[in-house]
Amino acid sequence: MGKELLLPAPLTVVRRLLLLAVQREFWGIVAASLGRILAGFLLGFLLGVAAAVATARWKALYPFFALPMHLIRATPVASFAILALLFLNGPGFSILIAFLMVLPLVWSNVYEGLLHLDVQLLEMARVFHLSRWTVVKKIVFPSVLPYLLSAVRVGFGFCWKAGIAGEVIAIPPNAIGTQLYNAKVYLETGDLFAWTAVIILLSLLLERLVVRLLDLAAGPFHLEKEEYHAET
Amino acid sequence: MLKLERVSFSYQGMPVIRDLSMTLEAGERVAVMGPSGRGKTTLLHLMAGLYEPQKGRVTGIPPQGVAMVFQENRLLPWLTLEENLLLPSPGKGREARQLLEGLGLSGWEGRYPGELSGGMARRGAIARALLFDSPLMLLDEPFQGLDKETRAKTAQVIGDYARGKALAAVIHDPVEADLLQGTVMELPKTE
Repeated sequence: MGKELLLPAPLTVVRRLLLLAVQREFWGIVAASLGRILAGFLLGFLLGVAAAVATARWKALYPFFALPMHLIRATPVASFAILALLFLNGPGFSILIAFLMVLPLVWSNVYEGLLHLDVQLLEMARVFHLSRWTVVKKIVFPSVLPYLLSAVRVGFGFCWKAGIAGEVIAIPPNAIGTQLYNAKVYLETGDLFAWTAVIILLSLLLERLVVRLLDLAAGPFHLEKEEYHAET
Repeated sequence: MLKLERVSFSYQGMPVIRDLSMTLEAGERVAVMGPSGRGKTTLLHLMAGLYEPQKGRVTGIPPQGVAMVFQENRLLPWLTLEENLLLPSPGKGREARQLLEGLGLSGWEGRYPGELSGGMARRGAIARALLFDSPLMLLDEPFQGLDKETRAKTAQVIGDYARGKALAAVIHDPVEADLLQGTVMELPKTE
């Protein structure tokens, strides 16, 4: 009995998992956590791309972006979490954590991609008087795509784990992280392991989904998988 | 008419082209020759407006762009051969397929540049330039990587498409100048 309290039997965890899975509330919690983390991811992705394009277009902006981006990358999630708690609480907190995880990654990757645009192809475009839109669509976008996809692949994993960690600290309602925290506080180790299993399963599932989506996005551009599945 | 007036160009202080004047009329074909480092490619880039001369001026560059074959093929690796041809010449699908057939590339339209041999990709780059509607055609070593037979066939297609246009081509072999029926212009030494 005492052992079960610390380390539940696998069967207990599976039973608890099954019990959770039939509850409507469980899916609501999963959806809410996922929604918040996805929102932070999308926000970080969009702003990261915009900041990278601006940095590549106006080089003077580089120090303005580079310093905060490097600081964000170097700061541990826990520090962010504690600092952010001073200003933010509840659902906004994990959005912010996910946002901060992906923003510098997308910024640096897309900026790198824009720096490495093939000058010879751009010269070709100039000589043949290709329109600006054609250059963006047919040369710039496909050139940057492997960098962007690589950032998405790595960034999504970061966001998911950091977002959950953020929830454990901020304890917002309807959150996987909060369930994990409660299970720890009330020594419900069965729940603790069950929620951990949920996080791992979702992590594996989401990674597969992201890889599938990336392959779909890369398909029309005839990109090799190694080009965007490389670690950033 | 393309006109170069007393044009000079240097790379990092090293003069490559000095005080060069020339004209290129519609229907005229010039084969630019000379040993490596004489500035043949630089001359084509000046004619295309890619480089600004440090002295002198270049006038008469067509406003609609230049039909150019670069030293490298510069085909977009993520577009098929046909899509590459149509990139600067949209809406010319039928003409593109005819041109590819003339260059012995029929059946390869849907392939990507990485799937083509060096000679095929070269002909693809030539086809892109020939399809493009410009009165000025600049070809930088167009026949590199082509065997004798393909070279003659390609020169014939170039001749057909370049009719009435001004053409300058960098070549190494005088036989290629004959194939293009152009007058040879030897670039002078700068030092």
